[in-house]
Amino acid sequence: MIRIAVQEADFDTAALMAELEALDGGAVATFTGLVRGEGGLIHLRLDHYPAMTEKALASIADQAMARWPLGGIVIVHRVGALPPGARIVFVGTASKHRAAALESCAFLIDWLKSEAPFWKKERFADGREGWVAPRAGDAAAKARWQG
Amino acid sequence: MTVQILYFAWVREAIGRDGEAVDPPATVRTISDLIAWLAARGGGYGEALADPKRIRAAIDQDFVPHDALIGGAQEIALFPPVTGG
Repeated sequence: MIRIAVQEADFDTAALMAELEALDGGAVATFTGLVRGEGGLIHLRLDHYPAMTEKALASIADQAMARWPLGGIVIVHRVGALPPGARIVFVGTASKHRAAALESCAFLIDWLKSEAPFWKKERFADGREGWVAPRAGDAAAKARWQG
Repeated sequence: MTVQILYFAWVREAIGRDGEAVDPPATVRTISDLIAWLAARGGGYGEALADPKRIRAAIDQDFVPHDALIGGAQEIALFPPVTGG
């Protein structure tokens, strides 16, 4: 089971976990990313490339399915303006055993950060705006799954 | 060869449009060539595309390296490094 959604609406973390638990796998691992409210941030705006986004996420999910014995993957990514504390992304995996669930969950979020066409723009209370640059650690986090 | 180009994030803002149909000369064979050809227009194009190392590209909704050939492409996207998650 692979379920991928890109949406403006918030998502229900418990409901998404329940979908994975219903797969009867024995282990579920999840990651939820939230907007950090640092430096007077008013909101983060998530832009994306609509024609490509779901295709890129499906490709990342397929790679995880090929690499670990998984019963299911759920990826939900929000777009639009998100205030501090808002949920941005949910990644969850179900497997028979914890190692596959935990490792594949980490793989998915590490790859998603470098291989899915989303861009974040920050807006601050003092009027400043700016596009977020990738962190140096993002490429390294992806690279640890290669070779 | 007419091809649809899309721009995202600060590339879109600097150029001032979401995208456009372009008809590059036959000497423009790769993504690198296309970036250089567009940057030579100057103005917002020059600003957005002056440093090709800061640009990623997709052909028909798949990420490609800068040496990818653009012949046969329907849609090419140029954008900054992605920052989702």
